[in-house]
Amino acid sequence: MPDTIIVEQSGGVMAITLNRPDVLNAVNDQMAGELRDTLRQGTRDAAVRCVVITGAGRGFCSGQDLRDRAGGPTSYREHLHATYNPVISLIRTMEKPVLAAVNGVAAGAGCSLALAADLRVASERASFIEVFSRVGLVPDSGSTWFLPRLVGLGKALELAYLAEPVDAQEALRLGLVNRVVPHEDLMAKTMDLAQRLAAGPTRAYGLTKRAMTYALRSTLEDALDYEAHMQEVAGRTADHREGVTAFLEKRQARYEGR
Amino acid sequence: MAYQNITAATEDGVAVVTLNRPDVLNALNQTTMNELVDACEGFDRDEAVRCIVITGAGRAFAAGADIKEMAGASAPQMLAGYRFQQWERIRKITTPIIAAVNGLALGGGCELAMLCDIIVASETAQFGQPEINLGIMPGAGGTQRLTRAIGKYRAMEMVLTGRPIPARQAEAWGLVTKVVPPEVVLDEAKGMAREIAGKAPVAVRLAKESVLKAFDTHLEGGLDFERKCFYLLFATEDRAEGISAFLEKRKAIFKGR
Repeated sequence: MPDTIIVEQSGGVMAITLNRPDVLNAVNDQMAGELRDTLRQGTRDAAVRCVVITGAGRGFCSGQDLRDRAGGPTSYREHLHATYNPVISLIRTMEKPVLAAVNGVAAGAGCSLALAADLRVASERASFIEVFSRVGLVPDSGSTWFLPRLVGLGKALELAYLAEPVDAQEALRLGLVNRVVPHEDLMAKTMDLAQRLAAGPTRAYGLTKRAMTYALRSTLEDALDYEAHMQEVAGRTADHREGVTAFLEKRQARYEGR
Repeated sequence: MAYQNITAATEDGVAVVTLNRPDVLNALNQTTMNELVDACEGFDRDEAVRCIVITGAGRAFAAGADIKEMAGASAPQMLAGYRFQQWERIRKITTPIIAAVNGLALGGGCELAMLCDIIVASETAQFGQPEINLGIMPGAGGTQRLTRAIGKYRAMEMVLTGRPIPARQAEAWGLVTKVVPPEVVLDEAKGMAREIAGKAPVAVRLAKESVLKAFDTHLEGGLDFERKCFYLLFATEDRAEGISAFLEKRKAIFKGR
Protein backbone atom coordinates (compact mmCIF):
# COMPACT_ATOMS: atom_id res chain seq x y z
CA MET A 1 0.00 0.00 0.00
CA PRO A 2 1.38 3.39 -0.95
CA ASP A 3 1.53 5.98 1.80
CA THR A 4 2.45 9.18 -0.02
CA ILE A 5 -0.55 8.89 -2.34
CA ILE A 6 -4.15 7.75 -1.98
CA VAL A 7 -5.50 5.48 -4.70
CA GLU A 8 -9.24 4.96 -5.12
CA GLN A 9 -10.88 2.95 -7.84
CA SER A 10 -14.54 2.96 -8.75
CA GLY A 11 -16.67 2.81 -11.86
CA GLY A 12 -13.68 2.50 -14.19
CA VAL A 13 -11.93 5.56 -12.73
CA MET A 14 -8.66 5.35 -10.86
CA ALA A 15 -8.25 8.49 -8.75
CA ILE A 16 -4.77 9.22 -7.44
CA THR A 17 -4.40 11.88 -4.73
CA LEU A 18 -0.92 13.14 -3.95
CA ASN A 19 -0.98 13.11 -0.18
CA ARG A 20 1.76 15.08 1.53
CA PRO A 21 -0.37 18.18 2.15
CA ASP A 22 1.95 19.68 4.79
CA VAL A 23 4.59 20.20 2.05
CA LEU A 24 2.06 21.04 -0.72
CA ASN A 25 2.50 17.47 -2.01
CA ALA A 26 6.17 17.88 -2.82
CA VAL A 27 7.57 14.80 -4.50
CA ASN A 28 10.13 12.71 -2.66
CA ASP A 29 11.65 9.53 -4.06
CA GLN A 30 9.06 7.41 -2.32
CA MET A 31 6.18 9.33 -3.89
CA ALA A 32 7.74 9.14 -7.35
CA GLY A 33 8.10 5.37 -6.93
CA GLU A 34 4.56 4.91 -5.67
CA LEU A 35 3.18 7.08 -8.46
CA ARG A 36 5.11 5.06 -11.03
CA ASP A 37 3.95 1.70 -9.65
CA THR A 38 0.33 2.87 -9.42
CA LEU A 39 0.32 4.25 -12.96
CA ARG A 40 1.86 1.02 -14.24
CA GLN A 41 -0.88 -0.94 -12.52
CA GLY A 42 -3.51 1.42 -13.94
CA THR A 43 -2.05 0.92 -17.40
CA ARG A 44 -2.31 -2.86 -17.15
CA ASP A 45 -5.70 -3.08 -15.44
CA ALA A 46 -8.39 -3.23 -18.12
CA ALA A 47 -10.99 -2.25 -15.51
CA VAL A 48 -9.31 1.16 -15.25
CA ARG A 49 -10.61 3.26 -18.14
CA CYS A 50 -9.70 6.74 -16.93
CA VAL A 51 -7.14 8.08 -14.46
CA VAL A 52 -7.46 11.27 -12.39
CA ILE A 53 -4.53 12.89 -10.59
CA THR A 54 -5.10 15.53 -7.91
CA GLY A 55 -3.52 16.84 -4.72
CA ALA A 56 -4.64 16.78 -1.09
CA GLY A 57 -4.98 20.09 0.76
CA ARG A 58 -4.03 23.51 -0.61
CA GLY A 59 -1.63 22.55 -3.34
CA PHE A 60 -1.64 20.27 -6.39
CA CYS A 61 2.07 19.51 -6.30
CA SER A 62 4.99 21.77 -5.42
CA GLY A 63 7.52 19.70 -7.35
CA GLN A 64 10.70 18.21 -6.03
CA ASP A 65 11.00 18.02 -2.25
CA LEU A 66 14.33 19.79 -1.88
CA ARG A 67 14.79 18.46 1.65
CA ASP A 68 14.61 14.93 0.26
CA ARG A 69 17.44 15.71 -2.14
CA ALA A 70 19.81 17.28 0.37
CA GLY A 71 22.92 15.13 0.61
CA GLY A 72 21.52 12.69 -1.98
CA PRO A 73 23.24 11.41 -5.10
CA THR A 74 24.80 14.14 -7.20
CA SER A 75 23.60 13.17 -10.67
CA TYR A 76 20.43 15.06 -11.57
CA ARG A 77 20.24 13.13 -14.82
CA GLU A 78 20.21 9.77 -13.11
CA HIS A 79 17.70 10.99 -10.55
CA LEU A 80 15.32 12.16 -13.29
CA HIS A 81 15.65 8.90 -15.20
CA ALA A 82 14.97 6.95 -12.01
CA THR A 83 12.04 8.99 -10.67
CA TYR A 84 10.11 11.56 -12.73
CA ASN A 85 10.76 10.41 -16.27
CA PRO A 86 9.08 7.00 -15.93
CA VAL A 87 6.02 8.70 -14.39
CA ILE A 88 5.74 11.19 -17.25
CA SER A 89 6.30 8.48 -19.89
CA LEU A 90 3.64 6.25 -18.34
CA ILE A 91 1.08 9.06 -18.40
CA ARG A 92 1.86 9.86 -22.04
CA THR A 93 1.88 6.25 -23.25
CA MET A 94 -1.02 4.92 -21.16
CA GLU A 95 -3.76 4.28 -23.70
CA LYS A 96 -6.59 5.70 -21.62
CA PRO A 97 -7.54 9.26 -20.72
CA VAL A 98 -5.58 10.87 -17.87
CA LEU A 99 -7.00 13.97 -16.19
CA ALA A 100 -5.34 16.37 -13.78
CA ALA A 101 -7.65 18.07 -11.28
CA VAL A 102 -5.44 21.02 -10.39
CA ASN A 103 -6.62 22.12 -6.95
CA GLY A 104 -3.89 24.64 -6.12
CA VAL A 105 -0.31 25.47 -6.93
CA ALA A 106 1.43 23.29 -9.53
CA ALA A 107 5.10 24.21 -9.40
CA GLY A 108 8.22 22.83 -11.05
CA ALA A 109 7.94 19.11 -11.62
CA GLY A 110 4.41 19.44 -10.19
CA CYS A 111 3.59 21.74 -13.09
CA SER A 112 5.13 19.21 -15.49
CA LEU A 113 3.00 16.48 -13.93
CA ALA A 114 -0.17 18.52 -14.58
CA LEU A 115 0.96 19.25 -18.15
CA ALA A 116 1.64 15.56 -18.79
CA ALA A 117 -2.06 14.74 -18.29
CA ASP A 118 -4.29 14.61 -21.37
CA LEU A 119 -6.73 17.20 -19.98
CA ARG A 120 -6.49 19.67 -17.11
CA VAL A 121 -9.42 20.86 -15.05
CA ALA A 122 -8.33 23.72 -12.81
CA SER A 123 -9.82 25.22 -9.68
CA GLU A 124 -10.03 29.01 -9.65
CA ARG A 125 -7.32 28.78 -7.00
CA ALA A 126 -4.93 26.84 -9.20
CA SER A 127 -1.68 28.37 -10.36
CA PHE A 128 1.15 27.14 -12.53
CA ILE A 129 4.78 28.06 -11.98
CA GLU A 130 7.73 26.87 -14.01
CA VAL A 131 9.82 27.58 -10.95
CA PHE A 132 13.06 25.97 -12.12
CA SER A 133 14.93 29.09 -13.22
CA ARG A 134 14.57 30.56 -9.72
CA VAL A 135 17.04 27.98 -8.51
CA GLY A 136 19.16 28.01 -11.65
CA LEU A 137 17.72 24.91 -13.24
CA VAL A 138 16.09 23.91 -16.52
CA PRO A 139 12.40 22.91 -16.70
CA ASP A 140 12.35 19.12 -16.43
CA SER A 141 9.95 16.18 -16.23
CA GLY A 142 8.71 17.00 -19.71
CA SER A 143 8.01 20.73 -19.34
CA THR A 144 10.34 21.66 -22.21
CA TRP A 145 8.33 19.32 -24.42
CA PHE A 146 4.81 20.10 -23.18
CA LEU A 147 5.02 23.88 -22.78
CA PRO A 148 5.90 24.94 -26.33
CA ARG A 149 3.34 22.48 -27.68
CA LEU A 150 0.57 23.83 -25.45
CA VAL A 151 1.29 27.57 -25.54
CA GLY A 152 3.81 28.14 -28.36
CA LEU A 153 7.54 28.69 -28.14
CA GLY A 154 7.54 32.40 -27.29
CA LYS A 155 5.17 32.09 -24.35
CA ALA A 156 6.84 28.87 -23.21
CA LEU A 157 10.22 30.57 -22.97
CA GLU A 158 8.67 33.52 -21.15
CA LEU A 159 7.10 31.21 -18.57
CA ALA A 160 10.37 29.33 -18.16
CA TYR A 161 12.63 32.40 -17.95
CA LEU A 162 10.51 34.52 -15.61
CA ALA A 163 9.13 31.70 -13.42
CA GLU A 164 6.10 33.78 -12.49
CA PRO A 165 2.82 32.20 -11.40
CA VAL A 166 0.10 31.85 -14.02
CA ASP A 167 -3.34 31.96 -12.43
CA ALA A 168 -6.23 29.77 -13.52
CA GLN A 169 -7.92 32.32 -15.79
CA GLU A 170 -4.65 33.18 -17.52
CA ALA A 171 -3.89 29.46 -17.87
CA LEU A 172 -7.25 28.99 -19.56
CA ARG A 173 -6.60 31.89 -21.92
CA LEU A 174 -3.18 30.45 -22.84
CA GLY A 175 -4.53 26.97 -23.44
CA LEU A 176 -2.57 25.57 -20.53
CA VAL A 177 -5.77 24.15 -19.01
CA ASN A 178 -9.01 22.89 -20.55
CA ARG A 179 -11.50 24.17 -17.97
CA VAL A 180 -11.65 26.36 -14.90
CA VAL A 181 -14.31 25.62 -12.25
CA PRO A 182 -15.20 27.03 -8.81
CA HIS A 183 -12.87 25.57 -6.21
CA GLU A 184 -15.57 23.69 -4.31
CA ASP A 185 -16.82 22.05 -7.52
CA LEU A 186 -13.43 20.87 -8.73
CA MET A 187 -13.61 17.22 -7.74
CA ALA A 188 -17.29 16.79 -8.62
CA LYS A 189 -16.80 18.31 -12.08
CA THR A 190 -13.60 16.39 -12.72
CA MET A 191 -15.11 13.11 -11.59
CA ASP A 192 -18.16 13.70 -13.82
CA LEU A 193 -15.86 14.16 -16.75
CA ALA A 194 -13.79 11.12 -15.71
CA GLN A 195 -16.89 8.92 -15.42
CA ARG A 196 -18.02 10.06 -18.83
CA LEU A 197 -14.65 9.21 -20.35
CA ALA A 198 -14.50 5.88 -18.47
CA ALA A 199 -17.80 4.93 -20.10
CA GLY A 200 -16.42 5.73 -23.56
CA PRO A 201 -14.73 3.64 -26.24
CA THR A 202 -11.45 3.26 -24.34
CA ARG A 203 -9.55 1.56 -27.17
CA ALA A 204 -10.48 4.32 -29.61
CA TYR A 205 -9.43 6.95 -27.04
CA GLY A 206 -6.15 5.17 -26.51
CA LEU A 207 -5.46 4.86 -30.23
CA THR A 208 -6.37 8.54 -30.67
CA LYS A 209 -3.83 9.49 -28.01
CA ARG A 210 -1.20 7.29 -29.65
CA ALA A 211 -1.91 8.74 -33.10
CA MET A 212 -1.72 12.36 -31.90
CA THR A 213 1.49 11.68 -30.00
CA TYR A 214 2.90 10.15 -33.16
CA ALA A 215 1.66 13.04 -35.29
CA LEU A 216 3.51 15.57 -33.11
CA ARG A 217 6.80 14.31 -34.48
CA SER A 218 5.85 13.32 -38.00
CA THR A 219 5.06 14.65 -41.44
CA LEU A 220 1.48 14.82 -42.73
CA GLU A 221 2.16 11.86 -45.01
CA ASP A 222 3.38 9.72 -42.10
CA ALA A 223 0.51 10.86 -39.89
CA LEU A 224 -2.04 9.93 -42.56
CA ASP A 225 -0.46 6.50 -42.85
CA TYR A 226 -0.42 6.09 -39.07
CA GLU A 227 -4.06 7.17 -38.76
CA ALA A 228 -5.01 4.54 -41.30
CA HIS A 229 -3.30 1.88 -39.17
CA MET A 230 -5.05 3.14 -36.04
CA GLN A 231 -8.40 3.10 -37.82
CA GLU A 232 -7.77 -0.47 -38.94
CA VAL A 233 -7.25 -1.45 -35.31
CA ALA A 234 -10.20 0.59 -34.00
CA GLY A 235 -12.40 -0.84 -36.72
CA ARG A 236 -11.92 -4.32 -35.27
CA THR A 237 -13.02 -3.42 -31.72
CA ALA A 238 -16.25 -4.57 -30.12
CA ASP A 239 -16.90 -0.95 -29.12
CA HIS A 240 -16.88 0.15 -32.75
CA ARG A 241 -19.45 -2.51 -33.64
CA GLU A 242 -21.53 -1.50 -30.63
CA GLY A 243 -21.28 2.19 -31.60
CA VAL A 244 -22.53 1.51 -35.11
CA THR A 245 -25.30 -0.80 -33.90
CA ALA A 246 -26.44 1.72 -31.29
CA PHE A 247 -26.47 4.47 -33.91
CA LEU A 248 -28.63 2.40 -36.26
CA GLU A 249 -30.92 1.42 -33.40
CA LYS A 250 -31.08 5.08 -32.31
CA ARG A 251 -30.00 4.30 -28.75
CA GLN A 252 -27.12 5.20 -26.46
CA ALA A 253 -24.04 3.02 -27.06
CA ARG A 254 -22.84 0.85 -24.18
CA TYR A 255 -19.08 0.72 -24.50
CA GLU A 256 -17.02 -1.86 -22.69
CA GLY A 257 -13.57 -0.58 -23.49
CA ARG A 258 -12.55 -3.39 -25.83
CA MET B 1 4.13 -33.15 -37.83
CA ALA B 2 2.57 -31.69 -34.73
CA TYR B 3 4.68 -28.98 -33.14
CA GLN B 4 5.00 -28.17 -29.46
CA ASN B 5 6.79 -24.84 -29.49
CA ILE B 6 5.68 -23.27 -32.75
CA THR B 7 2.55 -23.05 -34.83
CA ALA B 8 2.59 -23.13 -38.62
CA ALA B 9 -0.17 -22.37 -41.11
CA THR B 10 -0.45 -21.47 -44.77
CA GLU B 11 -2.86 -19.18 -46.58
CA ASP B 12 -2.76 -17.81 -50.14
CA GLY B 13 0.77 -19.03 -50.83
CA VAL B 14 2.07 -17.53 -47.59
CA ALA B 15 3.23 -19.64 -44.65
CA VAL B 16 3.24 -18.13 -41.16
CA VAL B 17 5.43 -19.72 -38.51
CA THR B 18 4.80 -18.43 -34.98
CA LEU B 19 7.27 -19.01 -32.16
CA ASN B 20 4.86 -19.99 -29.45
CA ARG B 21 6.33 -20.04 -25.97
CA PRO B 22 5.18 -16.60 -24.85
CA ASP B 23 5.71 -17.37 -21.14
CA VAL B 24 9.47 -17.59 -21.77
CA LEU B 25 9.44 -14.78 -24.38
CA ASN B 26 9.89 -17.41 -27.10
CA ALA B 27 13.41 -18.32 -26.01
CA LEU B 28 14.99 -20.42 -28.73
CA ASN B 29 15.69 -23.82 -27.21
CA GLN B 30 16.70 -26.87 -29.23
CA THR B 31 13.14 -28.13 -29.67
CA THR B 32 11.99 -24.76 -30.97
CA MET B 33 14.91 -24.57 -33.40
CA ASN B 34 14.30 -28.16 -34.58
CA GLU B 35 10.65 -27.40 -35.20
CA LEU B 36 11.42 -24.10 -36.90
CA VAL B 37 13.90 -25.79 -39.27
CA ASP B 38 11.48 -28.61 -39.94
CA ALA B 39 8.63 -26.22 -40.74
CA CYS B 40 10.74 -23.92 -42.93
CA GLU B 41 12.26 -26.81 -44.88
CA GLY B 42 8.82 -28.33 -45.35
CA PHE B 43 7.49 -25.03 -46.71
CA ASP B 44 10.58 -24.64 -48.89
CA ARG B 45 9.79 -27.96 -50.56
CA ASP B 46 6.09 -27.06 -50.96
CA GLU B 47 5.60 -25.39 -54.34
CA ALA B 48 2.39 -23.79 -53.17
CA VAL B 49 4.28 -21.79 -50.53
CA ARG B 50 5.92 -18.75 -52.09
CA CYS B 51 6.89 -16.77 -49.01
CA ILE B 52 7.38 -17.51 -45.31
CA VAL B 53 6.67 -15.16 -42.39
CA ILE B 54 8.24 -15.80 -38.98
CA THR B 55 6.77 -14.06 -35.94
CA GLY B 56 6.44 -14.52 -32.19
CA ALA B 57 3.43 -14.99 -29.93
CA GLY B 58 2.94 -12.52 -27.09
CA ARG B 59 5.28 -9.72 -26.10
CA ALA B 60 8.45 -10.98 -27.73
CA PHE B 61 9.66 -12.08 -31.13
CA ALA B 62 12.36 -14.13 -29.43
CA ALA B 63 14.29 -13.03 -26.39
CA GLY B 64 17.33 -15.12 -27.24
CA ALA B 65 18.72 -18.58 -26.80
CA ASP B 66 17.48 -20.65 -23.91
CA ILE B 67 20.07 -19.64 -21.33
CA LYS B 68 19.19 -22.53 -19.02
CA GLU B 69 19.96 -24.98 -21.79
CA MET B 70 23.40 -23.47 -22.29
CA ALA B 71 24.17 -23.07 -18.60
CA GLY B 72 25.89 -26.41 -18.14
CA ALA B 73 27.52 -26.65 -21.57
CA SER B 74 31.29 -26.92 -22.00
CA ALA B 75 33.19 -25.62 -25.01
CA PRO B 76 33.63 -29.12 -26.50
CA GLN B 77 29.91 -29.77 -26.06
CA MET B 78 29.00 -26.51 -27.79
CA LEU B 79 31.48 -27.33 -30.57
CA ALA B 80 30.21 -30.88 -31.00
CA GLY B 81 26.53 -29.98 -30.82
CA TYR B 82 24.54 -29.49 -33.94
CA ARG B 83 23.09 -26.26 -32.52
CA PHE B 84 24.46 -24.05 -35.26
CA GLN B 85 23.74 -26.47 -38.09
CA GLN B 86 20.10 -25.58 -37.71
CA TRP B 87 20.92 -21.95 -38.41
CA GLU B 88 22.78 -23.03 -41.55
CA ARG B 89 19.76 -24.97 -42.68
CA ILE B 90 17.53 -21.93 -42.35
CA ARG B 91 20.14 -19.92 -44.24
CA LYS B 92 19.80 -22.36 -47.15
CA ILE B 93 16.03 -21.94 -47.47
CA THR B 94 15.40 -20.57 -50.96
CA THR B 95 11.89 -19.23 -50.31
CA PRO B 96 11.93 -15.60 -49.12
CA ILE B 97 11.45 -15.26 -45.37
CA ILE B 98 10.04 -12.14 -43.71
CA ALA B 99 10.52 -11.57 -40.00
CA ALA B 100 7.50 -9.87 -38.41
CA VAL B 101 9.21 -8.66 -35.25
CA ASN B 102 6.37 -8.08 -32.82
CA GLY B 103 8.45 -7.32 -29.74
CA LEU B 104 11.82 -8.10 -28.23
CA ALA B 105 14.39 -9.55 -30.63
CA LEU B 106 17.41 -10.12 -28.43
CA GLY B 107 20.50 -12.26 -28.89
CA GLY B 108 19.47 -15.32 -30.87
CA GLY B 109 16.13 -13.61 -31.52
CA CYS B 110 17.88 -10.69 -33.22
CA GLU B 111 20.07 -13.15 -35.12
CA LEU B 112 17.02 -15.09 -36.25
CA ALA B 113 15.41 -11.88 -37.51
CA MET B 114 18.62 -11.07 -39.40
CA LEU B 115 18.67 -14.56 -40.89
CA CYS B 116 15.40 -13.60 -42.58
CA ASP B 117 15.39 -11.67 -45.86
CA ILE B 118 13.23 -8.73 -44.82
CA ILE B 119 12.48 -7.39 -41.34
CA VAL B 120 9.20 -5.65 -40.55
CA ALA B 121 8.88 -4.47 -36.96
CA SER B 122 6.33 -3.30 -34.45
CA GLU B 123 7.07 0.18 -33.10
CA THR B 124 7.38 -1.50 -29.70
CA ALA B 125 10.07 -3.92 -30.92
CA GLN B 126 13.64 -3.79 -29.70
CA PHE B 127 16.74 -5.27 -31.26
CA GLY B 128 19.82 -6.17 -29.31
CA GLN B 129 22.80 -8.46 -28.87
CA PRO B 130 23.11 -8.60 -25.08
CA GLU B 131 25.40 -11.67 -24.98
CA ILE B 132 28.30 -9.58 -23.68
CA ASN B 133 26.38 -9.18 -20.40
CA LEU B 134 26.66 -12.94 -19.89
CA GLY B 135 30.39 -13.00 -20.54
CA ILE B 136 29.93 -14.41 -24.03
CA MET B 137 29.29 -12.93 -27.47
CA PRO B 138 26.86 -13.41 -30.37
CA GLY B 139 27.32 -16.84 -31.91
CA ALA B 140 24.69 -17.23 -34.61
CA GLY B 141 25.66 -14.49 -37.01
CA GLY B 142 25.25 -11.46 -34.76
CA THR B 143 28.69 -9.99 -35.31
CA GLN B 144 28.56 -10.65 -39.07
CA ARG B 145 25.03 -9.90 -40.22
CA LEU B 146 24.56 -6.94 -37.87
CA THR B 147 27.81 -5.38 -39.10
CA ARG B 148 26.83 -5.87 -42.72
CA ALA B 149 23.38 -4.41 -42.05
CA ILE B 150 24.19 -1.32 -39.99
CA GLY B 151 27.94 -0.81 -40.31
CA LYS B 152 30.94 -1.33 -38.07
CA TYR B 153 30.51 1.47 -35.56
CA ARG B 154 26.86 0.92 -34.76
CA ALA B 155 27.31 -2.85 -34.62
CA MET B 156 30.32 -2.42 -32.38
CA GLU B 157 28.36 -0.27 -29.94
CA MET B 158 25.48 -2.74 -29.82
CA VAL B 159 27.68 -5.81 -29.44
CA LEU B 160 30.10 -4.30 -26.91
CA THR B 161 27.56 -2.54 -24.70
CA GLY B 162 24.79 -5.10 -25.11
CA ARG B 163 22.29 -2.22 -25.23
CA PRO B 164 19.18 -2.82 -27.32
CA ILE B 165 17.86 -0.30 -29.84
CA PRO B 166 14.19 0.56 -30.44
CA ALA B 167 12.51 -0.30 -33.73
CA ARG B 168 12.66 3.22 -35.14
CA GLN B 169 16.38 3.36 -34.51
CA ALA B 170 16.72 0.01 -36.26
CA GLU B 171 14.74 1.44 -39.16
CA ALA B 172 16.95 4.54 -39.36
CA TRP B 173 20.01 2.29 -39.34
CA GLY B 174 18.71 0.08 -42.13
CA LEU B 175 18.10 -3.11 -40.17
CA VAL B 176 14.33 -2.80 -40.49
CA THR B 177 12.46 -1.67 -43.60
CA LYS B 178 9.08 -0.87 -42.09
CA VAL B 179 7.85 0.03 -38.61
CA VAL B 180 4.14 -0.21 -37.85
CA PRO B 181 1.91 -0.35 -34.74
CA PRO B 182 2.07 -3.70 -32.91
CA GLU B 183 -1.51 -4.64 -33.76
CA VAL B 184 -0.82 -4.66 -37.48
CA VAL B 185 2.76 -5.91 -37.75
CA LEU B 186 1.73 -9.41 -38.77
CA ASP B 187 -0.80 -8.04 -41.27
CA GLU B 188 1.89 -5.82 -42.74
CA ALA B 189 4.30 -8.75 -43.10
CA LYS B 190 1.60 -11.00 -44.55
CA GLY B 191 0.60 -8.30 -47.01
CA MET B 192 4.20 -7.98 -48.18
CA ALA B 193 4.47 -11.78 -48.32
CA ARG B 194 1.34 -12.03 -50.48
CA GLU B 195 2.81 -9.44 -52.80
CA ILE B 196 6.00 -11.50 -53.14
CA ALA B 197 3.96 -14.70 -53.46
CA GLY B 198 2.29 -13.17 -56.53
CA LYS B 199 5.60 -12.77 -58.40
CA ALA B 200 7.23 -15.34 -60.66
CA PRO B 201 8.59 -17.99 -58.25
CA VAL B 202 11.78 -18.82 -60.13
CA ALA B 203 12.66 -15.14 -60.50
CA VAL B 204 12.01 -14.60 -56.77
CA ARG B 205 14.28 -17.47 -55.73
CA LEU B 206 17.11 -16.47 -58.03
CA ALA B 207 16.78 -12.83 -57.01
CA LYS B 208 17.03 -13.81 -53.33
CA GLU B 209 20.07 -15.96 -54.02
CA SER B 210 21.66 -13.20 -56.03
CA VAL B 211 21.16 -10.53 -53.35
CA LEU B 212 22.58 -12.86 -50.71
CA LYS B 213 25.57 -13.49 -52.98
CA ALA B 214 26.49 -9.82 -52.52
CA PHE B 215 27.55 -10.65 -48.97
CA ASP B 216 30.09 -13.28 -49.80
CA THR B 217 31.64 -12.35 -53.08
CA HIS B 218 33.53 -9.50 -54.68
CA LEU B 219 31.67 -7.22 -57.09
CA GLU B 220 32.81 -8.88 -60.30
CA GLY B 221 31.88 -12.36 -59.10
CA GLY B 222 28.54 -11.06 -57.88
CA LEU B 223 27.80 -9.33 -61.16
CA ASP B 224 28.70 -12.49 -63.10
CA PHE B 225 26.42 -14.53 -60.89
CA GLU B 226 23.62 -12.01 -61.29
CA ARG B 227 23.96 -12.00 -65.07
CA LYS B 228 23.79 -15.80 -65.23
CA CYS B 229 20.64 -15.83 -63.13
CA PHE B 230 19.22 -13.13 -65.36
CA TYR B 231 19.94 -15.13 -68.55
CA LEU B 232 18.49 -18.24 -66.95
CA LEU B 233 15.17 -16.51 -66.36
CA PHE B 234 14.87 -15.96 -70.10
CA ALA B 235 14.35 -19.70 -70.36
CA THR B 236 11.20 -19.59 -68.21
CA GLU B 237 7.58 -19.47 -69.31
CA ASP B 238 6.91 -16.95 -66.57
CA ARG B 239 9.27 -14.47 -68.19
CA ALA B 240 7.30 -14.71 -71.48
CA GLU B 241 4.03 -14.31 -69.55
CA GLY B 242 5.36 -11.39 -67.52
CA ILE B 243 6.49 -9.46 -70.55
CA SER B 244 3.31 -10.15 -72.58
CA ALA B 245 1.12 -9.13 -69.65
CA PHE B 246 3.09 -5.89 -69.29
CA LEU B 247 2.72 -5.09 -72.99
CA GLU B 248 -0.97 -6.03 -72.95
CA LYS B 249 -1.50 -3.95 -69.77
CA ARG B 250 -2.96 -6.89 -67.83
CA LYS B 251 -1.98 -8.71 -64.63
CA ALA B 252 0.47 -11.55 -65.20
CA ILE B 253 -0.37 -15.07 -64.10
CA PHE B 254 2.83 -16.82 -63.06
CA LYS B 255 3.09 -20.58 -62.85
CA GLY B 256 6.61 -21.15 -61.65
CA ARG B 257 7.75 -22.61 -64.95
